[in-house]
Amino acid sequence: MQKVRRVISVIVMNESSVLARVSGLFAGRGYNIESLTVAPIPGSELSHITIVTKGSPQVIEQIIKQLHKLVPTFKVIEHEEMIEKEMVMVKFPIEENLSDIQALCGAYNGGIVNVGVDMVIAMAADEPMRIGHFIEAAQRFNPSEVVRGGVVAIER
Amino acid sequence: MKMSGAQMVCEALIREGVKTVFGYPGGAIMNVYDEIYKQNGFEHILNRHEQASVHAADGYARATGEVGVAMVTSGPGFTNAVTGLATAYLDSTPLVVISGQVPLALIGTDAFQEVDAVGISRPCTKHNYLVKSLEELPRILKEAFYIARSGRPGPVHVDIPKDITAEIGTFVYPEEISIATYRPNYKGNDRQIKKAAEAIRKARKPLLYIGGGVVLSNASGLVREFVLKTQIPVVETLMARGVMGAGNPLLLGMLGMHGNYASNMAMSETDLVISLGARFDDRVTGKLSEFAKYAEIIHVDIDPANIGKLVNVDYPIVGDVATVVGKILTELGDINTDRYQAWREILKRYDELHPLTYHKSDEVIKPQWVMERIGELVGRDAIITSDVGQHQMWAAQFYPFDRARQWINSGGLGTMGFGFPAALGAKKGHPEKTVINITGDGSILMNMQELVTASEYKIPVINVIINNHFLGMVRQWQTFFYDKRYSETDLSFQPNFKALAEACGGIGYDVTTKEEFDRALKDAIVQDKVCFMNVAIDRLENVLPMVPAGGALYNMLLEHKDK
Ligand SMILES: Cc1ncc(C[n+]2csc(CCOP(=O)(O)OP(=O)(O)O)c2C)c(N)n1
Repeated sequence: MQKVRRVISVIVMNESSVLARVSGLFAGRGYNIESLTVAPIPGSELSHITIVTKGSPQVIEQIIKQLHKLVPTFKVIEHEEMIEKEMVMVKFPIEENLSDIQALCGAYNGGIVNVGVDMVIAMAADEPMRIGHFIEAAQRFNPSEVVRGGVVAIER
Repeated sequence: MKMSGAQMVCEALIREGVKTVFGYPGGAIMNVYDEIYKQNGFEHILNRHEQASVHAADGYARATGEVGVAMVTSGPGFTNAVTGLATAYLDSTPLVVISGQVPLALIGTDAFQEVDAVGISRPCTKHNYLVKSLEELPRILKEAFYIARSGRPGPVHVDIPKDITAEIGTFVYPEEISIATYRPNYKGNDRQIKKAAEAIRKARKPLLYIGGGVVLSNASGLVREFVLKTQIPVVETLMARGVMGAGNPLLLGMLGMHGNYASNMAMSETDLVISLGARFDDRVTGKLSEFAKYAEIIHVDIDPANIGKLVNVDYPIVGDVATVVGKILTELGDINTDRYQAWREILKRYDELHPLTYHKSDEVIKPQWVMERIGELVGRDAIITSDVGQHQMWAAQFYPFDRARQWINSGGLGTMGFGFPAALGAKKGHPEKTVINITGDGSILMNMQELVTASEYKIPVINVIINNHFLGMVRQWQTFFYDKRYSETDLSFQPNFKALAEACGGIGYDVTTKEEFDRALKDAIVQDKVCFMNVAIDRLENVLPMVPAGGALYNMLLEHKDK
C-alpha cells in the first residue's frame, strides 16, 4: 500500500498527561512519527500539537480517528492544504567564512543569531523540505551541531 | 460541606448509586478504607486478589448494565488489577477502578509501593486520571463515571495520592457533567441511515451480523423486532450470544473460528452485511481478503474508530445501535420479506448439510452434553460465566442462551481466571438468579482463592469444571498444528478439587457419569454455598468446526481424524 506523508494538527486540553497519551497511541499502535511539536495556544486552556506522519491512507484514517477518540482531544485537523514551516539552528566554527554563512541563511529566512569565542550560531526558518536543502548546503562550513525544531503547520 | 478526600470518594460512590465495591486495602488507600468502615451506603467485598476484584466488578457490570467499581492500593495492588482493566477494556465494560498512590511529594522518587500507575493503565483504559489536588477530586470522580458509561463504555482508572485522601476540603459534587472534548454521537447520520435502508431493500442475500455492542446498548429487543419484521437471517459473535434467543428460526448461530457451518457460509456468500455493534475481530473474520467478499457492508458502531479499521465499509453509521436500529426500522416501513426467501432456503440447506453437532456417548461425559444439560436444568434464568479455552467455546456453541446479559465471558482479551470472580460479581448483581461458571481445570486455578471470598460472603456460585486434564485449547492446537507435541499442556497432576472446595468452606462434587452430573447439579442449585463440580470429560475432545487461524471462513475443519 502506497505510503503518504501527512501533517496532522491536534488541538488538545493542556494537561500534563496529554502528550503521553498522544505519543503512547503512536507507539502502541505502531504508527510512525516523523516529527512532533507542541505548545500552548495563547489565551486558552488548549495546546496545539503538530505531528508529521507517514502511512497508507487507511492507517492515516485510523490515526486521525484514534487521536480523536482520546478524551482530551478537542479537534483533529488533517489537510493537504497547510502552510508548513520548520526552523533549524546550526553551530559553525568561527574560522568558517561568516559572510558566506550569513548569505546562505539569508536565502532561507535566517541569519547569524549568536557569535561566541570559537563558534557562531545561525538559524533558518522555511518549508521542511527547504530546511533539508539548507542543512545540506551548510555541510561545507563544517557544522558541529544541527538542531531541527520539527514542523509546525497552519491551515490555509 | 467540609470533608476529607477519603470521605469524598465514599460520598461520590454513594451518589452514583454504587451498591457494591470489590477491593483490597493497603497503605496508600487506607484513608479511604477507614471511611468505608464508617459508612453504610454501599457494601464492600474483600476479594482475595486484586485481579479478582476487577473481574468481579466487571461481572457485576455485565450482568446489571451498571458501572462496576473496584478499589485497590498502590504498587502491587494496582499492578494486580491491570489484567482486569485490560479485560474490561477489550470488551468495553463500564468500570471505575480507584487506586491509592504514594503522597504527591513522593511521586517520582521510587517510594515504597510506588509505580507509575497511570502510565501503565493508559493503553488499557478508556481514560485515566492522576488526581493532583483535592479540589479536582469530586469533578474527576463524576467524570470517571460519566466517561465509563457513556459512548462506547469502558474502564476508567482514578489514581489518588494518599495525602489527598487525608486533606479536608469542601465537597461540591457536580450535578451535570459536560466535557467539551468528549461528545459521543448516539444519533446516527440520517442520510446514511436512509441509504442503508435502501441497500437493505435492494439486497438479495442480506445478513445481520451482531456483536457485543447490541448487549451494551440494550438493543436486544429492537434487534429482535428488526429480524421479525425483515426476516433477515442473523449470525451472532461470541459476545452477542443470547441476543436473539436460542431457537429463533432466523438465528444461524455463532460465526468465526468456532462458528457453525451455516453461519460462516452465510458470511462468505452474503451480498449485504448489516453489522450492529460488532468490530470485525480476527477471530470472527478469518482471512480478511476472503471475508464477506461479495457483500456491501453497513456498519453501525458508536466508536468511529471501529468503522473502516479492518474492512472497507459502504454505509458507515456512527451511533448507538438501539437508536440507529429504531431509525432504520422506521425508514424501512413495510418490507417485502419474500425477497429473501431463496437466501433463507440456501442457508437452511447449509445447516442441514453440516449442523452443529457432536458424537454422543453413553460411556463418557461429552462436554457438549454438559452445556445442553445445564441449559435444560437451569434454563433461561441462569447467568453463565466462563473462563477461556475449549469449555468456553463449547458453552458458546451449545448452551441455549436466551437473553442478552445471560452470557458473560472474556471475549476480547481471553483472560483465563475471569470466570469465577465474574460469577461472584454477577451473583451480587442478581442474587435471585442461579449463577454458573463454566471453567476448565486450568483456568479455575487462576483465581481459585475466590473460594474463600465466596464462602465468607455467602455468594453461592457454581463452578462446573470441564476437566480434561489438559490445557485443552492449547492441546487442541498442538494436535492439529504441532504434530501432537504436547508441550506443557498435560495437567495430569491435579489438585483434589472436591477437597479444595471443602477446605475453603464450599462444597465439592466429583462427577464421572451423567447420573452423577444431574444429581450434583440439582444439589448444587439449592445449596447456599459455593461449589466446585469436577466433571471428568472425554479427554481428547476437540472444538469443531474450526477455521484455522488466518484461513478463510468457508474453509472449516468439520471433523478431525483424532476425534
Ligand atoms: C491468563 C492466560 N494465560 C494463558 C492463556 C492461553 N490459553 C488459552 S486457552 C488455554 C487453556 C485453558 O485450559 P483450561 O482452562 O483447562 O480449559 P480447556 O481449554 O481445557 O477447556 C490457555 C493456556 C490465556 N488465555 N490466558
